[in-house]
Amino acid sequence: MSKGMYKAKAWGAKGGNFGILAAFIAFAAFPFYWMLMTMFKETRDLMNPNHNPYLYHMRPTLEHVRVLFFDTLYLQWLWNTAFVGFLVVLITLITAIPAGYSLARLTGKTGERLGIGIFLTYLVPPTILFIPLSKVISSLGLQDSLYSLVLVYPSFTIPFCTWLLMGFFKVIPKDIEEAAMIDGHSRLGAFLKVVMPMSIAGVLTVIIFTFTLVMQEFVYGLTFITASSRFTVSVGVPTFLVRGDVYFWGSLMGACFIASVPIAILYNLFVDRFIAGFTVGAIK
Amino acid sequence: MATVETRDIRKLFGDVKAVDGVDLLVKEGEFLVFLGPSGCGKTTLLRMIAGLETQTSGDILIGGQVVNDLPPRARKIAMVFQSYALYPHMTVYRNIAFPLKAQGFPGDQIPQKVEWAASTFGIGKLLHRKPRELSGGERQRVALARAVVREPSVFLLDEPLSNLDAKLRTSARDELQQFQRRIGTTTIYVTHDQVEAMGLGDRIAVMSGGKVRQLGSPQEVYNEPADTFVAGFLGSPPMNLFERDDYIAGFRPETFLPVGLHDTSEPLVTLWAKIHRVEHLGADRLLYGTMRDTFPNEKVIINIPFTVEMQITPGEVYEFAVKEKDIKFFDRSTGLRTEPRRFWEKRS
Ligand SMILES: Nc1ncnc2c1ncn2[C@@H]1O[C@H](COP(=O)(O)OP(=O)(O)OP(=O)(O)O)[C@@H](O)[C@H]1O
Ligand SMILES: [Mg+2]
Repeated sequence: MSKGMYKAKAWGAKGGNFGILAAFIAFAAFPFYWMLMTMFKETRDLMNPNHNPYLYHMRPTLEHVRVLFFDTLYLQWLWNTAFVGFLVVLITLITAIPAGYSLARLTGKTGERLGIGIFLTYLVPPTILFIPLSKVISSLGLQDSLYSLVLVYPSFTIPFCTWLLMGFFKVIPKDIEEAAMIDGHSRLGAFLKVVMPMSIAGVLTVIIFTFTLVMQEFVYGLTFITASSRFTVSVGVPTFLVRGDVYFWGSLMGACFIASVPIAILYNLFVDRFIAGFTVGAIK
Repeated sequence: MATVETRDIRKLFGDVKAVDGVDLLVKEGEFLVFLGPSGCGKTTLLRMIAGLETQTSGDILIGGQVVNDLPPRARKIAMVFQSYALYPHMTVYRNIAFPLKAQGFPGDQIPQKVEWAASTFGIGKLLHRKPRELSGGERQRVALARAVVREPSVFLLDEPLSNLDAKLRTSARDELQQFQRRIGTTTIYVTHDQVEAMGLGDRIAVMSGGKVRQLGSPQEVYNEPADTFVAGFLGSPPMNLFERDDYIAGFRPETFLPVGLHDTSEPLVTLWAKIHRVEHLGADRLLYGTMRDTFPNEKVIINIPFTVEMQITPGEVYEFAVKEKDIKFFDRSTGLRTEPRRFWEKRS
């Protein structure tokens, strides 16, 4: 082959790469585009089958956003979600960090089996668990309280995050901890001074994951909470913006867009670390 | 500075006897080497002295004080790991300062101490770098600097040179020894490399199967091996050993020379050997052969310095000789050294 052909091939490869990337970006970004469009679209514009759904045919409107913020308790729901999310993240970190670390350092079969066992509990779906758990909640007198969610959500965030953190801790060589212990720290000191700073990525992953899991949870939120002022976003939005068979599409899309953008941005900031988080422990 | 003593110390991992009753006394300022094949328990013994592993039984004393129940940080030791175990998220400066901070050293004196330790190992210019930006040799120096900075009373080193290439290893060995002589800190050094052990150690503890087989100066363990294990482990190629009725006789490959090359009045024993193969290794010539008369058909390796120009042809039989005093005898059942058995007089 001539030089020119190699060059042409290289360009072709570049073009191919770009094409694939563009396709994926379009795929990933489309839901956001759709939400953003619909959020400001007149309902008549949206519903008219003769209108191109990807473009505006009438003037964009803020009406749906107004409905969302002033006719529903959307802000309250956001706040409730953030409140529950914050506490659940805290509880999850406090529990999963020591648990993941112990499992990572429990060498041999025991640690591995325990880890798998803990992860398995994550796989039991809330649709099965909510009935027995509602008994627990009512006997604790937590019905219709956000604290019921604070109590129940860790039942799936902790197993998942313990498992995730175990992977992060496992790749930290034992030597480094032992060096810190010889250099003058206790095991706890070595953990705090050396292991934790090396596991920042894991902790970030846990925070974001826990928050995402809390935001998308529906079954517990629906069954344990009855007052609309105590709904979380994932329950409040569909309950109030879908009335019978009437869908308030504009407001629905607005609610989803506003709730999902911060998470999407966070994900993007730490995307490399996430990938590391998932592949960590896969090798070795 | 301090002495280190172990008293009948043992460590079991399940039913594996990693360390099986070791009694040692490391003198003040001494450089002691644990030498032995892979899996003989060197690291385990060192880790017990450091307090990273709890012994199954026995006592450990540092500076005359029993430290069985003291955690690593209270034993006034410093350790250099085979992996160096540098803190990857800290700069070289913070790595070296780490033990000082951990032990509550007055903050205003830390920079000066770090400078001193860094300049001792010639890494003063690297203080702002992270460990991943360093070469293997530089990492090793950082690990050493971090170990010396707090002036420990005992140094523990677990194969600190094994990650370096051969050339760097030689110079690092030299530096390490000079450094140890200068500061005079009691040092225990683990290696499975006999050249390193012979070159560095004031004394060597030769280990096998969790036991110390012999403790002595490099010359002692080499020239007067206490048992067949030590005789076979040290030297490359190792000692030639020949089994007889109830004893084992052996001599080192370099003591067994063509008969004409011994110009000595000391009594010699002459033996015949047939040479099968010759290897030229630069400074040495190795002859592989089998013995004739006294030890018929037993394999033998002979090491002749390259300065000897005698022509040796594979397939020929030559007459060799060894000084009587260079032949060592061992009990056949226990493998331990015994008195000489003048087997050569029984020769027919
Ligand atoms: N944590 C452990 N659990 C179980 N067995 C162990 C453990 N650590 C060491 N052993 C066993 O104890 C024995 C001694 O191990 P040790 O690491 O002390 O050997 P070593 O002399 O340092 O070898 P090397 O030169 O390969 O480093 C080996 O048989 C090893 O398999
Ligand atoms: Mg070892």
